[in-house]
Amino acid sequence: MEPIMALAVGLLYAAAIYMMLRRSIVKLVIGLMLLSNAANLLIFASAGMTRGAPPLIPEGAMAPEGLVADPLPQALILTAIVIAFGVLAFAVVLIHRAYEVVKADDLDQMKETDT
Amino acid sequence: MGLFWIPLLPLLGTVVPLLSSRFGRSFLALFTAIPPLLALLLLLQLAPSVFNGEVIYQSFDWIPLAGLSLTFRLDGLALLFALLILGIGLLVILYARYYLSAKDNMGLFYAYLILFMTAMLGIVLSGNLIQLWLFWELTSISSFLLISFWSHKSEARKGARMALTITGAGGLALLAGLLLVGKIVGSFDLSVVLASGDLLRQHAAYPVVLVLVLLGAFTKSAQFPFHFWLPHAMAAPTPVSAYLHSATMVKAGIFLMARFYPVLAGTELWFLIVSMTGLITLLLGAYVALFKHDLKGLLAYSTISHLGLITLLLGMNTQLSTVAAVFHIINHAIFKASLFMAAGIIDHESGTRDMRRLNGLWKYMPHTATLAMVAAASMAGVPLLNGFLSKEMFFAETLDQVTLGSLSWMVPVLATLGAVFSVAYSARFIHDVFFNGEPVDLPKTPHEPPRYMKVPVEILVALCLLLGIFPGVIVGPLLALASTSVLGGELPYYSLSIWHGFNLPLLMSFLAMLGGLIIYHNRRHLFRFQSQFPEPDAKLIFEWLVQRLVRLCSAIIDKLENGSLQRYVFLLLLAALVLMAGPMIDLNATLGHQSSMPVDTVSLIGALLLAAGAIATVILNRRRLVSLLTLSVVGLIVSLAFARFSAPDLALTQLSVEVVTMILLLLALFFLPQSTPKESNPRRLVRDLSLAGLIGGVIGTINYAMITRPLDSISGFFLENSKTGGGGTNVVNVILVDFRGMDTFGEVAVLGIAALGIFKLIVHMRLYMPSTDGNGLPWSPDRHPMMLAIVSQSLLPLALLVSVYIFLRGHNQPGGGFIAGLITSVAIIQQYIAHGVDWIKERLRINYQWMVASGLLIAGLTGIGSWFFGRPFLTSWFDYFSLPWVGKFELASAMVFDLGVYLTVVGATLLILANLGKLTTSHSPAAKENN
Repeated sequence: MEPIMALAVGLLYAAAIYMMLRRSIVKLVIGLMLLSNAANLLIFASAGMTRGAPPLIPEGAMAPEGLVADPLPQALILTAIVIAFGVLAFAVVLIHRAYEVVKADDLDQMKETDT
Repeated sequence: MGLFWIPLLPLLGTVVPLLSSRFGRSFLALFTAIPPLLALLLLLQLAPSVFNGEVIYQSFDWIPLAGLSLTFRLDGLALLFALLILGIGLLVILYARYYLSAKDNMGLFYAYLILFMTAMLGIVLSGNLIQLWLFWELTSISSFLLISFWSHKSEARKGARMALTITGAGGLALLAGLLLVGKIVGSFDLSVVLASGDLLRQHAAYPVVLVLVLLGAFTKSAQFPFHFWLPHAMAAPTPVSAYLHSATMVKAGIFLMARFYPVLAGTELWFLIVSMTGLITLLLGAYVALFKHDLKGLLAYSTISHLGLITLLLGMNTQLSTVAAVFHIINHAIFKASLFMAAGIIDHESGTRDMRRLNGLWKYMPHTATLAMVAAASMAGVPLLNGFLSKEMFFAETLDQVTLGSLSWMVPVLATLGAVFSVAYSARFIHDVFFNGEPVDLPKTPHEPPRYMKVPVEILVALCLLLGIFPGVIVGPLLALASTSVLGGELPYYSLSIWHGFNLPLLMSFLAMLGGLIIYHNRRHLFRFQSQFPEPDAKLIFEWLVQRLVRLCSAIIDKLENGSLQRYVFLLLLAALVLMAGPMIDLNATLGHQSSMPVDTVSLIGALLLAAGAIATVILNRRRLVSLLTLSVVGLIVSLAFARFSAPDLALTQLSVEVVTMILLLLALFFLPQSTPKESNPRRLVRDLSLAGLIGGVIGTINYAMITRPLDSISGFFLENSKTGGGGTNVVNVILVDFRGMDTFGEVAVLGIAALGIFKLIVHMRLYMPSTDGNGLPWSPDRHPMMLAIVSQSLLPLALLVSVYIFLRGHNQPGGGFIAGLITSVAIIQQYIAHGVDWIKERLRINYQWMVASGLLIAGLTGIGSWFFGRPFLTSWFDYFSLPWVGKFELASAMVFDLGVYLTVVGATLLILANLGKLTTSHSPAAKENN
């Protein structure tokens, strides 16, 4: 399963970066979303993959029994997902503000409107 | 009272003038003088123990790990300088009261002056090298403020800028030098450094250290070739010149050389650099001073020349020459301060400083003239005045110099030549200004200044006389004390008497007097000769150089930064790729030793869907709606992957965020142009695809290498302590709300701030709704279909119930405040979509900003609550209770914290989406404008 996961992460990264290099600002946003998904998956997978053993402590026990998934990257990613949403929302509104001012959503055109 | 009060009192005094501006100018000066006066009294109180050979020391920890402390240290040299700084400073405060006009902002002037005084005191009293440097830079900055005080004048601004650039650049060199010293010695403590002279001198880096430290000293003390800033600093008000160019600013460089004399001096290299620089500066300054028609210009170049003299003395490496240097520091400070003040009086009362127009002032201001003449005579080195004594010592020392071998005779000859010019310009100062016929159309009729404006000059001139006649009594002990700490040991024998019999130094003095008077008498020939040379204006050259540098920099920046975001991203990624290449090549075995997980059909299908989604997003990127749909496929599969590989919390979060994000993007796209520009350049497509492919490949490889290697993390701690310490069985949630609660608090704060920022951006936005879609078709008139409205309305209670359930079980089962908050948001947004903003506005009267604020407040207060139990911020508490019928249940402070998280998430999400959505309705500012 590991090679497939690695391939998927690599592919997501490639797609994200390609989109971020486009002229249209909307594509840049799509690229950002892909990138945050890719990064989350990378952190998640890098800690090792576990199936059917979430980091939960069974009733009555004081610590989980046997091998469970690493809770630390999960906590990191949970935070990252929410922050990524905040960043994305801010970026989107900023783009609207820029569009309102320069009447363009094309990065190359925006560049020309510099004063 | 502690030593640190001496620099601290003036620092506190900086605000005094600003506060007391309204009491009138005399009171202002009086109040300003109080803190330095107290500091001076304190210094005098400490002086006896310093005279007893003690070094007073006071230290506070600053950054102990970096070897930094706030250390104050008072030895003989520091005492001498502190006395000069405070004493002359007080006289300057009195003088400035009468010099500044009613138009000038006197409070501000005094504040700058006191700030500068603090900086100087800080330099001389520092017992730590880095601290010394800090105050050193502070003098550069505060002198900039002082020089540019009349900032409406272009020359003041340019002069200040030049002084700051030169001394600031020197300061950087000094910092490098001091850091090197600290590295070699192993400590920044001055006492330790002063005891490590041999270590420093024998170290291979000694020449580098020496040059760097001297660069700092020479720039500050206006030594050739950095001398040109000083004459331009004369654009400052004269009290500033009297202070900066007599006892303080320029003496800081001299102080630095004297301070490091025990550890850096005594080598050939020191002799060569320091004494030769001093000699050149001495001659150049003395020569140029004669040709300056501006009174202050003459004094400026004379200052340069005298600084050169002191530097030359310090460079000669003999004990006696060092004593002479210290003596001349005192003498020069006294006579030069009084001369500047006298020049200021003349300027003030006659309206000009041009010596071609100022003639015969003796008739108009005999009192001032007498004072100025005594001081000028001291500058020329006339017997019975203090300048004579140190000059005699200087001549004697030049005769003993042998380091230049067979050329050593040149030093006394050149020294005498310098003295000749010194006498000549002093004679010019006296004769041109006070005699030499009648004034030439002066702006004002000159007269004596106010009584108290002369007092500082009188005190200083009296000192010149007293020191010149009774040197042993007045200055003997202080000179001995200061020289001892410069030499760092025994004092040589020297005699401070006026008369040493007929000897060579006396002959040199006599020759200098004679030569100077002859030159002055024949000055017209010299002036005519000198006028053949075009006078280079350092200001113009400097400005030209600075502007060229700026142009060069902006040319480079223009090449690097063309404003194209894609280019920056491309270059950044390329750089990352290059940096990664090295370690990646070393990583020869990609495959680790971890056992691999078998491939199963469901996961494989998921991976294929993910790949298809990503590729489709890229290929279909010009059709926005479609590419958003394929993008959501990617998000969905990622959340399924989380679920499949044992991360239920992540799966729930990702799923709900995905919904909110898609609504956000759909809303966003609505306002943007419906067609996307075509990426025309195929070369660029290939270039971008190659880079993206390479990076994807590298990241995939890294990922693979990481998955297949064992990972040793701190997670074991969380797993073991989650239940016992945090009282929860969902370890991920316990990490978020308990172990790393502070991180989560910061994170929701970020979300809240982002939401508020978005709100502010949207409030004034004027976006017009497009009337048709991308294909030119009009939007459906039925904006809120009935079926959707009814279904979503009946779903609402259910959704809210689910979110409550998810919230409550969060501590022990997958769920928690984040996920519950997102579910609530989605449920409410659903209502917005189904019924429109107007409908919701009537029914749901919630202020989302308040919701964000109260959420953050609750989370913060929960954290603060633990303080009342004497625990650190955000320490959690939990216990088990039981109620009849309900049974045993747990209460934990972490749940209150989670409630704060919940409220913030709901508030922030709705604040963003509802406000963006509002743009589509009659509440939109654009719509209002249309009405």
